[in-house]
Amino acid sequence: MTPAEQTPLARFVEEFTESRLAVAGAVVLLAVLVIALTAPWISPQNPYDLAQLDVLDAKLAPGSPLGNGKTALLGTDDQGRDMLSGIFYGLRISLFVGVAATALALLIGATAGMIAAWLGGRVDNLLMRIADIQLSFPPILIALVLLALLGQGLGKIITALVAVQWAYYARTVRGAALVERRREYIEAAQVLALPASRIVFRHLLPNCMPPLIVIATVQVASAITLEATLSFLGLGLPITEPSLGLLIANGFNFLLSGKYWISFFPGIALLLMIVSINLVGDHLRDVLNPRLKK
Amino acid sequence: MLVFILRRLLQSVVVLFVMSLLVFAGVYAVGNPIDILISPDATQADRAEAVARLGLDKPMYLQYLLFLKQALAGNLGKSFAFNIPAIDLIFERMPATLELAVFAMGTAVLVGLPLGLYAGLKPKSFGARAIMAGSILGFSLPTFWVGLMLIMIFAVFAGVLPSNGRGPTTLLLGLPVSFLSVEGLRHLILPGFTLALLNIALIIRLARSGTQEALMMDYIKFARAKGLSNARIVGVHVLKNIMIPIVTVIALQFGSVIAFSVVTETIFAWPGMGKLLIDSINVLDRPVIVAYLMIIVTLFIFVNLAVDLLYSVLDPRVRLTDAQS
Amino acid sequence: MSLALKVENLSTHFFTKQGVVKAVNDVSFELARGSVLGLVGESGSGKSMTGYSIMGLIDPPGKVVGGRILLGDTDLRTLGAEAMRAVRGSRVAMIFQDPMMTLNPVLRIDTQMIEAIRAHENVSREAALERARAALAQVGIASPDERLKCYPHQFSGGMRQRVAIATAILNKPDLIIADEPTTALDVTIQGQILYEMQKLARDAGTALIWITHDLSVVAGLADHVCVMYAGRVVESGSVAQVLDAPRHPYTRGLIASVPGSNPRGRPLAQIPGMTPSLLNLAPGCPFRERCAHADAACVAEPGMEMTADGHAARCFHPHRAAPDAGPSGAAT
Repeated sequence: MTPAEQTPLARFVEEFTESRLAVAGAVVLLAVLVIALTAPWISPQNPYDLAQLDVLDAKLAPGSPLGNGKTALLGTDDQGRDMLSGIFYGLRISLFVGVAATALALLIGATAGMIAAWLGGRVDNLLMRIADIQLSFPPILIALVLLALLGQGLGKIITALVAVQWAYYARTVRGAALVERRREYIEAAQVLALPASRIVFRHLLPNCMPPLIVIATVQVASAITLEATLSFLGLGLPITEPSLGLLIANGFNFLLSGKYWISFFPGIALLLMIVSINLVGDHLRDVLNPRLKK
Repeated sequence: MLVFILRRLLQSVVVLFVMSLLVFAGVYAVGNPIDILISPDATQADRAEAVARLGLDKPMYLQYLLFLKQALAGNLGKSFAFNIPAIDLIFERMPATLELAVFAMGTAVLVGLPLGLYAGLKPKSFGARAIMAGSILGFSLPTFWVGLMLIMIFAVFAGVLPSNGRGPTTLLLGLPVSFLSVEGLRHLILPGFTLALLNIALIIRLARSGTQEALMMDYIKFARAKGLSNARIVGVHVLKNIMIPIVTVIALQFGSVIAFSVVTETIFAWPGMGKLLIDSINVLDRPVIVAYLMIIVTLFIFVNLAVDLLYSVLDPRVRLTDAQS
Repeated sequence: MSLALKVENLSTHFFTKQGVVKAVNDVSFELARGSVLGLVGESGSGKSMTGYSIMGLIDPPGKVVGGRILLGDTDLRTLGAEAMRAVRGSRVAMIFQDPMMTLNPVLRIDTQMIEAIRAHENVSREAALERARAALAQVGIASPDERLKCYPHQFSGGMRQRVAIATAILNKPDLIIADEPTTALDVTIQGQILYEMQKLARDAGTALIWITHDLSVVAGLADHVCVMYAGRVVESGSVAQVLDAPRHPYTRGLIASVPGSNPRGRPLAQIPGMTPSLLNLAPGCPFRERCAHADAACVAEPGMEMTADGHAARCFHPHRAAPDAGPSGAAT
């Protein structure tokens, strides 16, 4: 098919698959998604059901048999939990937190950016000043402080992640919106006396989306990393819903005695997830960037 | 130039005030200040006395003024756990963190710059591709995981480097530093490298793209036409041009390095401000948290100010246009 | 040898994914000491590439594939990389078109001039500084001491170009190649710079190749002219010969299309058509698609047809009479 005959989707797929690395990343990402969605059904064991745990199974090396007859392919932790199951559930939680936080931050940030761009003047100034001040501080610090004040819990960590991310989206959307705002189709909509909210959300926003999609993809990885770091430090999710970060933290104590698998495998899983998201996001940006079009 | 400095100083002071307001709001308005500032095991009488001293029964704005006044006098409360002024505690730990941060940044430049330059000069070579792939990893790997892996490889399996603590310190210009001794250096390497990795990746990418851009410029062609050696073209013409964005990024990232030292110090039990913060959060030693916040905010504001000044020093084009404005 | 430069059958090809671009195709010319050669042509004619080829500044995917470049007695093509580097800037110097980008914006003028000297000679910084000062004075820059401490962005375009020229003459080269140095400048500055260059060539005996698309510049400055089209030299001779009695249809077209030579009220003369793409050039004369005199013979590659007094044209039908017949054959 000549380029002119391809649909935009087909062309996008063709360009995307030009990078083998990105394709590999996409495959891994897909696997992670599948695991995350089906964790309760494919895990050999439910690691949070205390009834299923046997403390005699604790700290077994990878490949050792469990008390209930199954094999712990990746070993067990100090409570007798099968690492593989722990990882599956951990992926699920980490991914959920990352995506939820990013989506929420995107929503809030995009709205703020739109409002700033549309209303301009003082509102714009104020919002952007706030965003700038926040952006000049490292995310981890902001998150740490917020969690220190708010305490632990799923909702609280998502709040912290959202607070850290929204400013970036706000700035990006505002920039794009300011450019789009000057275009003729917006003027036309205004002349038609459409209500402002309709113009903003039905006309302006969709045209600012493409860069957002790319940013959001990469930010999910960033959010997951931040959450893992916070959990590792003991400030993130509680022990009842351990993300990969907490699993790794748990295993840290046993690292020095050579029982590396308790930290190592969750770490690898985290790594695969993050790297694959980054690879896909990176390539997505190149493919969607109109300036790089041949 | 002076006008520029004054203007930025003024802006910084404004931001400081805003931040102090935010911290105040966070502690006094959102949280329960009584819990945050008074030790939980104080007696009723102590509590009453503290409430009076801290003015917790007064209206909000008076409390804020009191808070400001005390903050400016250097009094940010007393640590519950250590029972010494929080600010003293933090200053005691600061040199360790700064040493780690400077070591990490220095390593990042010394490793990242040559690698990035090489990748930019010979972009199609195998080495360059390997370097770029490595830099993606450097970005993606979470800091804490890198620390863990380094410990696993070098401390547990190979047993050549220590896995925690700081080495023996000597005084340099009145500050305790540990890099002057071999033992101190050994302790510095793993945490320093962990902290440096992200910035190594960053600098590699910056140096590479900067080099590629510079090489396409006419002034490089002119330099070659003058018959300058490759060493001089790269070492002077290219390098001076890419240093500007790199130094800016280094300065900006310095704050981030201090922030991430929280993680690194925890993993390696490095006795710095970061570890103090985490420990304090875990034992709910809130005055220390508040003090850390204020100090860090001040530090950041000055780092940002220094970056702006640095930029105008480095780029002669900026210097003059600003003087004319 | 009284010849500063002798270029024989120079060819530079660019090996791109889409095919081979013959940017410089069998180009030959000579240059006596102290004389000025104007290399004239439109964009894409290969004139700049010829200059770069002589300097050895052709980068991949380009490559000089044939010919000899004799600077004095040395064939530059036989020199290794280090030997060529030693020649660049000391025996041959080059000035570029855009003065805004020629100088490194973050380095001072004195740094950039001193390094040009010290790359070739072992002199002290003070001695080099002194020579730089003298060179700046020579190109007409007032208060050179202060100027040396400045940065490029503090200069106007004309001044930057003078600095470039000063840098070029620092090591007293045998040859200076100037690639459209005044194109980006005002007409008045252009005049000044032309005058300075002419003086330099006369006084120091430096040979000069002036690459340009502007015939009027060539008329005032050069001794000899080479007209290039699609990578080939299509006409060469003295300025008087080429400009007053052009023989190649392209040259005739160029001269006729200068607005000044057109009678008022008449439509401006144009060369019909467009420059051919250098990729996969058709065989034969590259100008035949646009030439009114082209016939069946022109599908073969024409050679240089030289008259007794050294006026050559690469054409099967070079004009011999006076130029008032016009390139399209229309009677005036």
